[in-house]
Amino acid sequence: MTAHHKMDEPDRRNRLDAMAQGIVGVGMDRPDGPEKVSGRAVYAHDGQVKDMLHGVMVRATIAKGTLLGIDEEPVKALPGVRAVLHGPRFLRNPAQGAAGEAPVQGSAEIAYFGQPVALVVADTFEQARHGAQSLALRYDEAEATVAPGEAEAETPEDKQSATGDLDAAMRDAAFSVDRTYTTPPHNSAPMEPHAAIAEYRDGKFTVRASCQMVKYNLDELADSLGVDAADVHLLSPFVGGGFGSKLGISAEAVAAALAARELDRPVAVALSRPQVFEATMRRSETRQRFRLAADADGRLTGVGHEVLVSNLPGETFSEPATQATPFLYRGENRVIGHRIARVNRTCAGSVRAPGEAVGVTALEIAMDELAQAAGVDPVELRRRNIPEEDPSRGVPFSSHMLEAALDDGAERFGWSDRPKGGTRNGEWLIGCGMASSSRVNLLNDSAARVTMNRDGTALVETDMTDIGTGTYAILTQVAAEMLGLPPDRVETRLGDSDLPKGAGSGGSQGASSSASSVFLACERLRCEIAERAGCAEEALTLKDGHAISDNRQQPLAELLQEPLSAEGVIHPGDAESRVRQASFGAFFVEVGVSAVTGEARVRRMHGSFAAGRILNAKTARSQCLGGMTFGIGMALTEELMHDPRDGHIVNRDLAEYHVPVNADVPQLTVNLLEERDPWTNPVQAKGIGELAICGAGASIVNAIHDACGVRVRDLPATLDKILPGLPERAGREG
Amino acid sequence: MQITLNINREECPLDLDPRTTLLDALRNHLGQCGTKKGCDHGQCGACTVIVNGRRINSCLTLACMHEGDEITTIEGLGAPGALSALQGAFVRYDGFQCGYCTSGQICSATAMLDELREGWPSHVTKDLTGEAALSDAEIAERMSGNLCRCSAYPNIVAAIREVAEGEG
Repeated sequence: MTAHHKMDEPDRRNRLDAMAQGIVGVGMDRPDGPEKVSGRAVYAHDGQVKDMLHGVMVRATIAKGTLLGIDEEPVKALPGVRAVLHGPRFLRNPAQGAAGEAPVQGSAEIAYFGQPVALVVADTFEQARHGAQSLALRYDEAEATVAPGEAEAETPEDKQSATGDLDAAMRDAAFSVDRTYTTPPHNSAPMEPHAAIAEYRDGKFTVRASCQMVKYNLDELADSLGVDAADVHLLSPFVGGGFGSKLGISAEAVAAALAARELDRPVAVALSRPQVFEATMRRSETRQRFRLAADADGRLTGVGHEVLVSNLPGETFSEPATQATPFLYRGENRVIGHRIARVNRTCAGSVRAPGEAVGVTALEIAMDELAQAAGVDPVELRRRNIPEEDPSRGVPFSSHMLEAALDDGAERFGWSDRPKGGTRNGEWLIGCGMASSSRVNLLNDSAARVTMNRDGTALVETDMTDIGTGTYAILTQVAAEMLGLPPDRVETRLGDSDLPKGAGSGGSQGASSSASSVFLACERLRCEIAERAGCAEEALTLKDGHAISDNRQQPLAELLQEPLSAEGVIHPGDAESRVRQASFGAFFVEVGVSAVTGEARVRRMHGSFAAGRILNAKTARSQCLGGMTFGIGMALTEELMHDPRDGHIVNRDLAEYHVPVNADVPQLTVNLLEERDPWTNPVQAKGIGELAICGAGASIVNAIHDACGVRVRDLPATLDKILPGLPERAGREG
Repeated sequence: MQITLNINREECPLDLDPRTTLLDALRNHLGQCGTKKGCDHGQCGACTVIVNGRRINSCLTLACMHEGDEITTIEGLGAPGALSALQGAFVRYDGFQCGYCTSGQICSATAMLDELREGWPSHVTKDLTGEAALSDAEIAERMSGNLCRCSAYPNIVAAIREVAEGEG
């Protein structure tokens, strides 16, 4: 039995609200929690098998050129070394998200410093590492372009748009802002480095890897190896964080599989931390010019957003920094510009909330500048600029929760009673700031199978992944709710390419897409049970393992002669074009800026978010905590630095690339607003995993301005950018 | 070289390349993969284990230096169905998301609470000779050697605080 559903029309039935188990939405503990806290969860490199060999990748140390030769023999003669591999199937860089095919391949042509070009395989990790460090590469070096400002830039026609006359709107504006903001490259830096263990037996590969989107990764891996997808079994039951960096198959998985076939032995390859920085994905640096034109009341009449981003030659991805600009605020005169510089730097790809993470952040700093220019409270300025409909596409919003989030956040934070900007507390100057948040809402094709057993248990199966997002919890909850089972009677199996093809984790669509597929499978099962119970599906109540209809109650087991199985498949449809769908939120933050050093610290931070139905209050809150903390990093410390001579990443480890540590993050508060958006999907959930980063950094930068009067337009707001602008008297007071 | 390591109260004979770190001995030679490799440089804390009661980064020490030491890993602190108090609190407070840093966080927190009980000061302790208060700032400071990119930090602090207060 398979139930398909295409989202062409809104689904206003709110079926989950009519269920009786009462488990969806509850902040249930993760069912995978005990395995994770006891070290029993098996991540990619943990699935170690007998007779396994170890491989270590070797990188190119030039930014552009041709690999003329590799001195293999001295390395092959080292103790324990089994092979030195390289060649046309090695990946230049990982596949982009949802590519479903191999990325650019081949060791011979080098496009960036750090490109993986060879693999040394040995009996032990120590032997392989020594071999990799000893391998000599010979190049024909070519002149590289490493600075985006000096590179040739493409201006793709389909990424430019203009309506009205923005120049005139700027001329006629009562208040305007014309500023350029820059953000540096970022690294996802998941705690688990990319890793794979590959086996080859009887013409088939089994690969345990760290993947966000198994259905695409399977095709990418098979295409990279030049084999049929049916001959590859990909397993990714636990993923130690992704944040975009594991959207596409990456070099280590392909290299491990090639080595396993060549040597007829299982081979494990894990990237070192510096290799994660160099050879996976970076978020592109951005240069963003914002033009905001407003009337005397601060109402926007024009919005211009022109960006310059970069990527390797030939890559289709370019940081979609303008993604939310067309719909977030009103204004009839609009310009969107997008240019891509082609550079020899580590590949640019998705890092948590590609587009809005940096685009909304820059917009929200510009809005703060407009609020200041117009003398309007920053919350009120945003309220006045909420559009009636999508101002660029002219379609209605499926649901619009920005005003509710602004009001809720302002009240919970105490915005109206906030300390006056610049209030002195010891060496600290106190200031507050806020920002709106928005992220487009997506839906992806997703399938799941649900099986009910006679013993009152159920099994949920899909190749969907849980990268820390809580998929094990939420799919268990949706099935338990629909089938009337206690959640400990439901098991969820994920991350196995033999299972029905789920959405994968990326773009904040995974939870809503995969939960919808489980919902549809369960709905089909409910129809079957209702038929057996002799009632309509709508009249059937399932609770605690019992079927209740017409005042009759019977154990589910009595209605099941054999296990009952159904598959549910959700498809995106016309709803995407008929309405504008987005999640919304608002950040409020208090910072302290040291009058002595210029250091900025977050003292408290609140986020109010609306993302449709919340499937698990606990895991949804955790996703928001994570997003807000990415925002703290983006605002204050995170900056990937490329050497201007050869583009190599200077700070390619966790000591030099500063992600926030525990002491950088205060007790953040989060409030999730009730919302049901019928246009999104049958469970009415929306994306939440990325929402809380989109604009978070702006609230901090705005608070810094409030505290000390320094407006930082070049992120991150490090001490050197704040100190010279501190008030003359600040250092001598207190 | 032949050595014997005492891991979770079990004697484990090993024949190792002397270059093998304690972390790689655990993972690649004993199949105890609960201890995670996040950076191999002592920068992230994912590989934290407890040696003779002290928390250390197992990637920064060679296995052959630890004959005769009592080594406790995450597997030795508890198991599903028999979790330690901290492990249980991490589940209830959602003190993790992806779970990859979690073994290190929990080993670190286990030893950190002993340090606090013994009166060790930290960077944020006001009085270096007095007792350190069990404040959020103290916990956060003492746990800042363990990175969590999912950023469960507020929940990690809450989980540790609950366990510490329960013991108080």
